[in-house]
Amino acid sequence: MPTLRMTVNGRPVEVDVAPDDFLAHVLRYRLGLTGTKIGCEEAECGACTVLVNGHPVDSCIFPAMKAQEAEVITIEGLAANGELHPLQRAFVEWGAVQCGFCTPGIIMTAKALLDRSPAPTEEAIRAALKDTYCRCGCYLEIVDAILVASGQPPRHTAHNGRPPTSPKALRAVGRPLPRPDAVAKVTGQAKYTDDYSFPNMLYGATLRAAHPHARIVRVETARARALPGVHAVLTAEDVPGEKHHGLIFDDWPVLCYDKVRYVGDAVAIVAAETPEIARRALALIEVEYEPLPAVTSPQEALAPGAPHVHEGGNLLKHIKVRKGDVEAGFAQADVIVEGEYHTPMYEHAFLEPECAIARVAEDGKVEVIVGSQIPYEDRRQIARCLGVPEEQVRVKGAFIGGGFGGKEDIAGQIHAALLAKATGRPVKVLYSRQESLRVHPKRHATWIRVRLGATRDGRLVAAEVKILGDAGAYASLSDKVMTRAATHATGPYEIPHVKVDCYTTYTNNPPAGAFRGFGVTQSAFAIESTLDVLAHTLGVDPLELRLRNALRPGAVTSTGQVLRESVGLVSCLEQVGAHVRSERGAEWWRPFPNPADPARVRAWGLAACYKNTGLGGGAPDRGAAEVEVLENGRVVVRTAAAEIGQGLPAVLAAIVAEELGVPYDQVDVALPDTDTTPDGGPTTASRQTYINGNAARMAARRVRDILAWATCEALGAPQAELDFRDGLIAARGHTVSVGQAARMAREAGRRPVARARFEAPPTRPLGQGGDMHVGFSFGVQAALVEVDTRTGEVAVLKVVNAHDIGRAINMLGLFGQIRGGIIMGIGNALTEEFPVEGGVPFCTTLSRYKMPSIRHAPEIVTYLVEDELPSGPYGAKGVGEIASIPTAAAVANAVYHAVGVRVTKTPLDQEWLLRALRPRKDSPSAGPRHDSGH
Amino acid sequence: MSKWQHYHRPRHVPEALDILARYQGRARVVAGGTDLFVELLERPPAFEALVDITAIPELRTIRADGPWIVIGAAVTHAEIVASELVRRHGTALAEGCSVIGGPQVRNVATLGGNVVHALPAADGTIALLALDAEAQVASPGGGRRWVPLPELFLGPGRSAVDATRELLTALRFRATGEREASAFGRVMRPQGVALPILAVAVTVRLDHSGQRIESARVSLGPVAPVPFRARGAESRLCGAPAAEESYRRAAEVALEECSPRTSRHRATREYRQEMIATLLPRVVEVAVARARGEAWARPRLEATDHFSSFGAWRAPS
Repeated sequence: MPTLRMTVNGRPVEVDVAPDDFLAHVLRYRLGLTGTKIGCEEAECGACTVLVNGHPVDSCIFPAMKAQEAEVITIEGLAANGELHPLQRAFVEWGAVQCGFCTPGIIMTAKALLDRSPAPTEEAIRAALKDTYCRCGCYLEIVDAILVASGQPPRHTAHNGRPPTSPKALRAVGRPLPRPDAVAKVTGQAKYTDDYSFPNMLYGATLRAAHPHARIVRVETARARALPGVHAVLTAEDVPGEKHHGLIFDDWPVLCYDKVRYVGDAVAIVAAETPEIARRALALIEVEYEPLPAVTSPQEALAPGAPHVHEGGNLLKHIKVRKGDVEAGFAQADVIVEGEYHTPMYEHAFLEPECAIARVAEDGKVEVIVGSQIPYEDRRQIARCLGVPEEQVRVKGAFIGGGFGGKEDIAGQIHAALLAKATGRPVKVLYSRQESLRVHPKRHATWIRVRLGATRDGRLVAAEVKILGDAGAYASLSDKVMTRAATHATGPYEIPHVKVDCYTTYTNNPPAGAFRGFGVTQSAFAIESTLDVLAHTLGVDPLELRLRNALRPGAVTSTGQVLRESVGLVSCLEQVGAHVRSERGAEWWRPFPNPADPARVRAWGLAACYKNTGLGGGAPDRGAAEVEVLENGRVVVRTAAAEIGQGLPAVLAAIVAEELGVPYDQVDVALPDTDTTPDGGPTTASRQTYINGNAARMAARRVRDILAWATCEALGAPQAELDFRDGLIAARGHTVSVGQAARMAREAGRRPVARARFEAPPTRPLGQGGDMHVGFSFGVQAALVEVDTRTGEVAVLKVVNAHDIGRAINMLGLFGQIRGGIIMGIGNALTEEFPVEGGVPFCTTLSRYKMPSIRHAPEIVTYLVEDELPSGPYGAKGVGEIASIPTAAAVANAVYHAVGVRVTKTPLDQEWLLRALRPRKDSPSAGPRHDSGH
Repeated sequence: MSKWQHYHRPRHVPEALDILARYQGRARVVAGGTDLFVELLERPPAFEALVDITAIPELRTIRADGPWIVIGAAVTHAEIVASELVRRHGTALAEGCSVIGGPQVRNVATLGGNVVHALPAADGTIALLALDAEAQVASPGGGRRWVPLPELFLGPGRSAVDATRELLTALRFRATGEREASAFGRVMRPQGVALPILAVAVTVRLDHSGQRIESARVSLGPVAPVPFRARGAESRLCGAPAAEESYRRAAEVALEECSPRTSRHRATREYRQEMIATLLPRVVEVAVARARGEAWARPRLEATDHFSSFGAWRAPS
């Protein structure tokens, strides 16, 4: 083995390396510097960026031997003597950190820039970070943090030079307080699953299906077992418990036995001394297949005589929404417009690939470390497949490098547990980026037909929508996702007559599951596009048309829910409308040229949306949290509620700080652990702030009562008179600190700890009317686009938006979710697509899937509407999904305004657009063909 | 078990050639490795040793040598973009190199690698073609020869330089002089693989009046199995007035001599043809403006507008 000598973070290092080692591997796995992340091993994502002799490089494909005699700086080398580097400080303060997985790479790239150019322009910042991706999309926060760190004023996210505070702010709630985990993330100390390792640990690898649809005739593992260094090779017959897992239907084989149904299916798993040996062992497993015809689209799946993906037929679910009498409604319509839309599969591309580590504890319990969105659900599924009681499984959370819905389903958790049990040694199952792309569920591809009827004055009278959704090989959450697509399919409008039919089918494509927006992303694109078609057919301002029909308090949704309160849509429409009119006048949708280049045409377009908070539909929706006050005065919040970057720890800490009157930075939020933290339920449906914010608030109040009970005597005042503030409990001129109070409680025989479970108000299943959901968030976005009429390229320059999120809890997290959602929406509109042909994905590498980069981040102007939901904590509703939903339609509507071409498929294809555009090239007044004044 | 068993970092060209010879075809040259290592994700390596040439000082320099600008094969894209010599006398190359990958990739990826990879759309290569570059190849015996760049390209991804036996050591082109300039532009799409739908590079020299094109070189990719010199378009420009009409006609000729193909999930042949007609005249226009010293046409090497494409869309104001 060659010896590598280099200087790492100022310290000389000498380490024997393999000739094919890459620098990232040496840093992480040999030197323990796990702050450097590996996101793709393709030099695509930039997460692994370190400085070599001052230059930022992608260490994931930088041969270690190239670093011979070099000076290497990693994120761990930035903070000096415990002092954060100005970049680290600014990233913390400006909310430029969400899931944190990209953060070390971004900060290192930025450091190289500042070393070379101490006061860079915004353009230079964007150029430097062009290929360092942040999937959470906090690009504008990153720009501002770098500007601030270099002594320049922020340009995007500040209000009077600081991150904004809500006008309704309390002591902690509504303020721009940095995430509790931000410092750990900017210093590289935050540990994600792959950052853990254990003595004697083995490495797991998974043999994937060779065909999208095939019968398994024979699996032969003898040669793989015989390979030195291999400790276990398992197939379906080695699964001791249930052979299938699943979130709603248990239809997903842990290891396939009779058939494979998509190319990500697992057929066998291996545990070996090194990842390389495990991979070689996979190549030695022989599987004989009998290929079957693949079902490659839902249309095919429903055709007579189609092969069955599962026994019982391909139709997974037919979802119906009925309101009024749709035929009678259309009979009243003066105008009827129709449209057909298609959205493809999309990939989550969370920057942290899936990883799980399992080990068997001394007491026989199986412990699994995994960054899952649903820790307790993982525990249930792992236990069932191991054939052990749930108490025999402990799921421990780690920091999670993004999820967006893609970490709700099982990935390697069960496999790691099986291999750990089989070998008696810890086993790590880490997916490569390429395996991640191949395996995990995607966003449902949909085909949506909309028919919309209105009276001449722009009152919607009838809507009929047909949705076809590709569920792929396994059910995952298709039932719920497509239900959401259907119930939201007619948009946030009151329409008396509605008929929605949504069909979702099995195919041999990758499974589709949860993805931020949860079906509404797709149906919003269709309805909001059709609404603009209607507006221009009627000659009505698209904003006005939406205002006339917008849901308001008292309105009845398409599922028959009467909205009683917290319906801030009209205010959102008015604020966005006022903004675009102030920029462009009454006829704000008219196109105008880029003054420097008239071949580039600009226009605004807008779209609105709503999204439920919480599971709804009759599902019990609950979460529990525990709050403890320690004698050192620190407060700990415990809940198994996954933080995937969305900012839950900041929300919980703010709420608990508010209730206990302690400084915000005195509150710690623990990672999920099914042995020590109560079940917070899934991180899905924009529910965590609402559900566990409430649970934490209730628990904090109970702890406050304990502290009050313990101190009232010493303070000489009744409990009701005690004032909790600044970490002190005060009454009648006396104070005790909360730490002292905790000790007093303990001495008096009560632990200063309380658990509380919040149970959301009951909801009703679809089809029964009444409250299907506890509440809805609302959003309106207007996008300013520029279309290059020479190439068909489209860029989004600016997005003005207003969101009704009930109440702002943490302003950095809230704006992070809104801006990040918009940037993800721009990805849907312009850059992302996961094509699958014949059941085989095109995007076998990340280089074939483009998420938005910093270059795509537009100027974003946000108006908050805080129309409180009474059952929410301080009135808060969900914000995790809403902002990503309307963007694609706003962009499509803006493109229509710019060049008169109706986009019916995402992402927008520049070649298609140019072809649609060219016949009109000679007419300078190209654009929407309505000129009626109004 | 390993992807490769040995990793060599020779300090001299003869040493590199010796190592290659010793392995008798089972070793290959690597420089930045940003293409090679990514390709290895999808197919196993066909070699047992790598010979990393980036520690050879001779291959790491950019220098002027009489009329020539000589760039070592292991010079990185970032170094080329930063080079005053290249910016001034081979502007198209600086522009082409500035849009390859991202900053991290440009810090390790080399011009030699770009050329030897022989992709018909390689930005750096397209720019070098328009600069009429030559390549220096060091053969097993130690002999060196300069060959015109086009001779290196045998087909898509197939180079005449045998990376298991010989070494590309340098690239050179004549510095553009008075009334002469080059420019580069490309059209991208935001989805899928980050390879150009079309890249165009142009060098022009104007006559003393500045109103007529004295000579021109035009290169495009991917419009053929190899990086392509549009000689017909060049002759069309030679002697033509430096005006829009000439540029448009040159593009028409280029359309006839190019045969772009449809590539899945990127672009159809027809779109590429439309882009030739659209982009080529613009790049000529910029090159002409630069030759005249017009300020608006100065290269913007850190440009990052919202569009994926790069080039001088901005018309004179």
